[in-house]
Amino acid sequence: MSEILQVKNLKKYFKTSRGMLHAVDDVTFSIEEGHTLGVVGESGCGKSTLGRTIIRLQPLTSGTVIFDGISTDDRRMSRSELKAYRRNMQMIFQDPYSSLDARMSVSEIIAEPLINYGVYRSRDELWKAVFELMDTVGLARRLANSYPHELDGGRRQRIGVARALSLNPKFIVCDEPVSALDVSIQAQILNLMQDLQQERNLTYMFITHNMSVVKHISDEIIVMYLGVVVEHASADSIFEHTLHPYTKALLDAVPVAELGAKKSRSFIKGEITSPIDPKPGCRFAARCPYAADRCRSETPELRELLPGHQVACHLAEELDQST
Amino acid sequence: MAKTILEIKDLAVQYVTDEAVVEAVNHIDLSLEQGESLGLVGETGAGKTTTALSVMQLLPDVSARIVSGEIYFEGEDLIRISPAKKREYRGNKVSMIFQDPMTALNPTLSVGDQIMEVILLHNRISREEAKNRAVEMMELVGLPGERFNDYPHQFSGGMKQRVIIAIALACRPSLLIADEPTTALDVTIQAQVLHLIARLKEEEQTSLILITHDLGIVAETCQKAAIMYAGEIMEYGTVEHIFNNTAHPYTEGLFGSIPNLNRKVSRLTPIPGLAPDPAALPRGCKFAPRCRYATPACSEAEVPVYEIEPGHLVKCLRAAPEGRSGDE
Repeated sequence: MSEILQVKNLKKYFKTSRGMLHAVDDVTFSIEEGHTLGVVGESGCGKSTLGRTIIRLQPLTSGTVIFDGISTDDRRMSRSELKAYRRNMQMIFQDPYSSLDARMSVSEIIAEPLINYGVYRSRDELWKAVFELMDTVGLARRLANSYPHELDGGRRQRIGVARALSLNPKFIVCDEPVSALDVSIQAQILNLMQDLQQERNLTYMFITHNMSVVKHISDEIIVMYLGVVVEHASADSIFEHTLHPYTKALLDAVPVAELGAKKSRSFIKGEITSPIDPKPGCRFAARCPYAADRCRSETPELRELLPGHQVACHLAEELDQST
Repeated sequence: MAKTILEIKDLAVQYVTDEAVVEAVNHIDLSLEQGESLGLVGETGAGKTTTALSVMQLLPDVSARIVSGEIYFEGEDLIRISPAKKREYRGNKVSMIFQDPMTALNPTLSVGDQIMEVILLHNRISREEAKNRAVEMMELVGLPGERFNDYPHQFSGGMKQRVIIAIALACRPSLLIADEPTTALDVTIQAQVLHLIARLKEEEQTSLILITHDLGIVAETCQKAAIMYAGEIMEYGTVEHIFNNTAHPYTEGLFGSIPNLNRKVSRLTPIPGLAPDPAALPRGCKFAPRCRYATPACSEAEVPVYEIEPGHLVKCLRAAPEGRSGDE
């Protein structure tokens, strides 16, 4: 298997009036072609910024991203360079209510990327491509001239998927693609995305806050907290052999639709701390029930504790043995 | 037998617009005992919030119309009492926690003043006493009393929801309606807030109606559950009935749609199609067009409610005594 995306020491900082906001802080990972990497974390953990930076919707502060042989770093990219870099990657956005241009019809929205990249020879060919995309994502052809406001959330998200697929990309960043949808519709979209992945050997980076969804869809999972990766492993390993106290807390907090599924529940107290000019030490230490002095002074590195299972916690071994 | 605190009978609510009449709630019956917690589950447009607003008597005057029904709360029909009396019990004996903590608070008043407001409105006490009660409430929900004079924008989402819970519980209501109280919050904060609601409910013996789309929350917080679809209650029972002896195809569909943390399925089984347009509801069973068990009989006439075991109500022809034996 080959790695289609490599991210090395990626940093994205934002200047604010109160200091430097470390949205993504030294993140390294790679994704194999045809796989799904799930990125989970709560609001403000940097997961969306990570996705947006990889696709170069915003420049990165430092680090390298190599996608399909083309590399990008902190230098400015020209329009044509960006166009080449993004040719094979796409994004599906969270909110199907605000990510579609309200003044464009369904067919215009889906056709736009095809027109931008000039990948059709005639109008007939363009329309044929648009209709085929609508079939692929399960949108009735009669909706071609409708406008987004006439459609429900599930159908709108199908437009988003069709648009993302239009250039036949290899890699799609999916930023909370089902969070705004009702559960029955959410399941329809998740199944559609899985089918498309199998047919087209797509690679996904699936950003979500929903632990059940991420478990369902991912091969590998990254757990983020305040801009850093705290745990990275295969989906099975993360859920069966959870190592980081934050991942444990996240899993504990999810209500399960089964009676008696949760016997005990440990709460983590407090709320996420500020990502502005973070002090050295573990970023989760302020809320961690196990935090020791070392955790507040020395930043834990991401290290491999089990084969293919990385964790950034000084106490991971001790905690692993005690549970 | 515990005392019945709320009884909804044959409630039907419509929204009337220039273009259409939207049938939001269609002849539902529901009752709640003192100290009981009921989960009202359904997807967007199922009529959950409209039901809650009917109980609160907060439906918008211009567009909403209660077509039929009675809502008895502690023996009185809330629909037919005077506006002055409505004001007396609203926020006092029955109160509501709204979905979005970011917009439910007044940005120009300090949170302390907002908690005090409801206390002063319903009690003949001095400002001094009211302030003490408000600080007590803040501490009860886990907010430091020193933040009495802070404004909503100085609080995070989870903290704001605590302020709203403090306001809702300030007059020790006998019924609390929580409309998606944690949907806007992160999971770790959601766990804290749900725990808080459950604890306070226990301490105060408050009855609770929890509106949610998340069956996980119902499993953990509620004793009874009502599954709503297109303005009707499709299935009603204890959580054991709903989770362990699921009877309605829609409830079954909901369970098939959610990925479960404890089990691995390679593929979800979503409910096909879309929820019906509430301005043009199908005849007969509202769920029939999406139901995999549907027969022509389902769309012929209004489907009755069957009690398939004591306290377990199902609005589906498959639950009819003669239909059940032939199954499986």
